[in-house]
Amino acid sequence: MRFVDEYRDGGRARSLAAGIAARCEPGRRYTFMEVCGGHTHTIYKHGLEDHLPPEVTLVHGPGCPVCVIPMGRVDDAIHIASQPDVIMTSFGDMMRVPGGQGSFLDAKAAGADIRMVYSPLDALKIAKANPGRRVVFMAIGFETTAPSTAMTVLRAAAEGVRNFSVFCNHVLVIPAIKAILDSPDQRLDGFIGPGHVSAVIGCEPYAFIARDYGKPLVVAGFEPLDVLQSVHMLLGQLAEGRAEVANQYARVVPWGGNRTAMTAIGTVMRMRPHFEWRGLGFISHSALGLADAYAEFDAERIFDLPGVRVADPKACQCGEVLKGVLKPWECKVFGTACTPETPIGTCMVSSEGACAAYYNFGRFSRERVKEATRS
Amino acid sequence: MCLGIPGELVAADADHPDLAVVDVGGVRRRINVALLTEEDLQVGDWVLVHVGFALSKISESEAQAVLDYLEGLGPAYDDELDALRGSDIT
Ligand code: SF4
Repeated sequence: MRFVDEYRDGGRARSLAAGIAARCEPGRRYTFMEVCGGHTHTIYKHGLEDHLPPEVTLVHGPGCPVCVIPMGRVDDAIHIASQPDVIMTSFGDMMRVPGGQGSFLDAKAAGADIRMVYSPLDALKIAKANPGRRVVFMAIGFETTAPSTAMTVLRAAAEGVRNFSVFCNHVLVIPAIKAILDSPDQRLDGFIGPGHVSAVIGCEPYAFIARDYGKPLVVAGFEPLDVLQSVHMLLGQLAEGRAEVANQYARVVPWGGNRTAMTAIGTVMRMRPHFEWRGLGFISHSALGLADAYAEFDAERIFDLPGVRVADPKACQCGEVLKGVLKPWECKVFGTACTPETPIGTCMVSSEGACAAYYNFGRFSRERVKEATRS
Repeated sequence: MCLGIPGELVAADADHPDLAVVDVGGVRRRINVALLTEEDLQVGDWVLVHVGFALSKISESEAQAVLDYLEGLGPAYDDELDALRGSDIT
């Protein structure tokens, strides 16, 4: 395919790899975090770490929205789904996320009416087709999916669909990055910024990372060459003593983001004072709930929720994986008690979770061999 | 869910200016294009579709590159296409 070669070309990969090696200062080590699970996927699928010199380490960030849903929220959703007149809807990714009392799949097997949808608009349609039932959409995702939820609520309001509501779990990428920057056990030299989140929020919101923390961030595309080029750009900034926000993915991400999408979020949603992230704990101003003006579409206000906080299973080390402190295979239950079929932690559920990505591409065995031969 | 799938706009929806029909890997589905009102979309344009909404306008070459990337994903892309097939936005 002619088009694709542009992003895949082996020769370009090699020359980028050489450029990356040339930009590394001897004796200096570089750790970059790829925030988005899509990048994690690309890195393991294409074995990109093999193209990088030993001085450069890539660590995974918290950018898989399924991975950061805390157990208590899954339990709350199942509580809603168990009401006899409720139809619960969500994306397929949500079905196997373990809560304190099982997953959506378990609840469905026990008789709850839980349906997979492709779009929140499909959930709204189910509501219109079932006027005698209450239809709830379990909304998850970063800024990439939040506009879709917001637009759907606007539509429900405009059409007067009264039996539709949203259980809002949208989280924000900027506070997560800030929490990681403020966490004492992490030393990072720069970030590979999320591509599709940035298509919504633009590049401006990352400015504080460069300004206040002195670290560069490059918004990157998802092709292997995009990721390599972003590493090259990060190293270039560091070599010149610069820390800036740059956009490697301008072919999709406008610098200013998508204003219509941001307006929709701003109209329908409000910032929560704090929200619990699985593995990362409570982070202030890190998630969205529905605004007061749309309270009648807010499942949290319609239903009486247990709202019980459930501690992560003892064996689970997703928190360390989400902060990039631990490699997935360093978790004690990785690949044994925790697999994509029987996930203990959330990083194993979605294909964008770091553990699932490692598991699926068999990288962990190679990593282990490398570690073993090193020590 | 996080996957953005490229789709080619094949028809506008005269009754619903917010909606348009896209072709995604041979699957034709109605999606919402209201987030791209500033782009003045035309039939033949390519967009990146997230959960039923066109989020950004992209070039044809970018669309091909993303499609190729997605096909390489295997099950994750198949699941997403299956979900899209089951979608019926009106
Ligand atoms: S292996 Fe399982 S429990 Fe361990 S960090 Fe990964 S997802 Fe969490």
